[in-house]
Amino acid sequence: MTKDTSLYPIAVEDLTVAYHEEPVLWDVDVTVPAGALMAIVGPNGAGKSTLIKAMLGLVPRSAGHVHFFGRSYAEERQRVAYVPQRGSVDWDFPTNALDVVMMGRYGRIGWVKRPGKADRAVAHEALEMVGMRDFASRQISQLSGGQQQRVFLARALAQDADIYLMDEPFQGVDATTEHAIVRVLKDLQARGRTVVVVHHDLETVPEYFDHVLLLNVKAIANGRVEDVFTPENLRAAYGGRVDLLLKQEA
Amino acid sequence: MENLLLIFTDYTIRNVLLGAIVLGLVSGTLSAFAVLRKASLLGDTMSHAALPGVIIAFLITGVRAPLPLLIGALIAGLLGTLFMSLITSTTRIKQDSAQGVILAVFFGFGMALLSWVIRQPGSEHAGLDRFLFGQAAATVESDVITMAGIGGIALLLIALFWKEFKLITFDAQYARTIGLPVGLLDVLVTTLIVIAVVVGLQMVGVVLMSAMIAAPGAAARQWTNRLGVMVILSAVFGAVAGAAGALISSSAANVPTGPVIVLAITVIVIVSLLFAPNRGILWSLRRTKSVLAPSPVEPNAQAHVVGSARPKGVYEP
Repeated sequence: MTKDTSLYPIAVEDLTVAYHEEPVLWDVDVTVPAGALMAIVGPNGAGKSTLIKAMLGLVPRSAGHVHFFGRSYAEERQRVAYVPQRGSVDWDFPTNALDVVMMGRYGRIGWVKRPGKADRAVAHEALEMVGMRDFASRQISQLSGGQQQRVFLARALAQDADIYLMDEPFQGVDATTEHAIVRVLKDLQARGRTVVVVHHDLETVPEYFDHVLLLNVKAIANGRVEDVFTPENLRAAYGGRVDLLLKQEA
Repeated sequence: MENLLLIFTDYTIRNVLLGAIVLGLVSGTLSAFAVLRKASLLGDTMSHAALPGVIIAFLITGVRAPLPLLIGALIAGLLGTLFMSLITSTTRIKQDSAQGVILAVFFGFGMALLSWVIRQPGSEHAGLDRFLFGQAAATVESDVITMAGIGGIALLLIALFWKEFKLITFDAQYARTIGLPVGLLDVLVTTLIVIAVVVGLQMVGVVLMSAMIAAPGAAARQWTNRLGVMVILSAVFGAVAGAAGALISSSAANVPTGPVIVLAITVIVIVSLLFAPNRGILWSLRRTKSVLAPSPVEPNAQAHVVGSARPKGVYEP
């Protein structure tokens, strides 16, 4: 009955999350095959970010399981890198871009010890990959929104993980940043990494991704873009008429 | 010159000066973290909440030795923090209101206890009321040693967990994903802030100690964009204010040390707010003027140009 979860980098089973007894995610089942570049799309309030946070244990689960390579997140956290939404931190913190990227190494460095030469080299390399080599010593509050987003991406790259979970990395970024992120996504895929991205722009889904999860509290459809990214499924997720009714009520 | 020599020869002045410097170093260091965590007011609540702890510790031990009283203050301060997080996590009451509630309840209880204790016969309780506004002149060598011991442990812990504290202050969510026990580290930082408050209680008192948690960090943030520099600067500002307060009050008759220390750090804050490069008020006034007039490119504008030929926000797929 149950699938062998160890076959998949990510396997989400019967996941339910509720805020104040209101379900945000309802009985979600998702498997992400190895090397997939997957978009999570769905209307506002569909629970896209919550899904990622619940996978990482950042919001409490009401029910269900999440497996990474068949094991719990606590056992495999070193192989999972998270790119939070840019707005989740105060960028007026007194530090520079390189130092933030270096934070991606902290999990490997361990307690008390300081980052070493090798960690600095990895951090510089990660900045290079997102086209930010020249901004290493720039104070983070003086970066543009897109550059801040790329710093967050570089921090995840510095973690050198097998799975990347990204929360709206394309949100409000400039064209250069968008291209840089897409380049990194394709590069990660080419290196066999598994990437899941919360995405809001339906138009670019077929161009940027090969897998997609259509989400609206429940998982509507999940699979290869050419198979499940269909008008019927989109209507089911975004619900043309249903959507209008909801708007009138609100 | 004679006055300067007194620093090294006069027992009282030396103790007051050393004590004030230790106080400034410890509270200054923790102040940097309190400000960045947007928890400067925590010091205010914690210092007021410490009062009943001091009195109860005295009632239990019956002596006015510094260490038991400071442990009492520490326990009361931590209890205050605990109740505060209980209030915010179980009710709809927000952090600021919860702080107000804890401050009022604990401090009121402490004041009631204090006035009751003082009216009791006997002389052992003499000087307990100096915990209200502090009395630096009464600082003896053992006080300085106690302060330095407790404060030294706090500074050592910050040095040890430097990168962990930095990460939970900047991005607690990410810290949790790489496996840091963020809740535990939060408790540790809060405990260290309470320790910094407790270290200063005897000299500056529960009422004014809050300034030493809020002010040095706020001043230091003005001058630098690096965490390490900010923490060191904050500690130096605290120490300078402490030394200035001790020296001024020892050279002028009847000037209490605690309030002078607080006035000194206030001057440092005002100067920092006005004159610091980039973040200072005068600096931004000048910048506003130069924006109105035709001006060289701003650093931010330059950043956009490097990446993209198209202006930001005009993205067409």
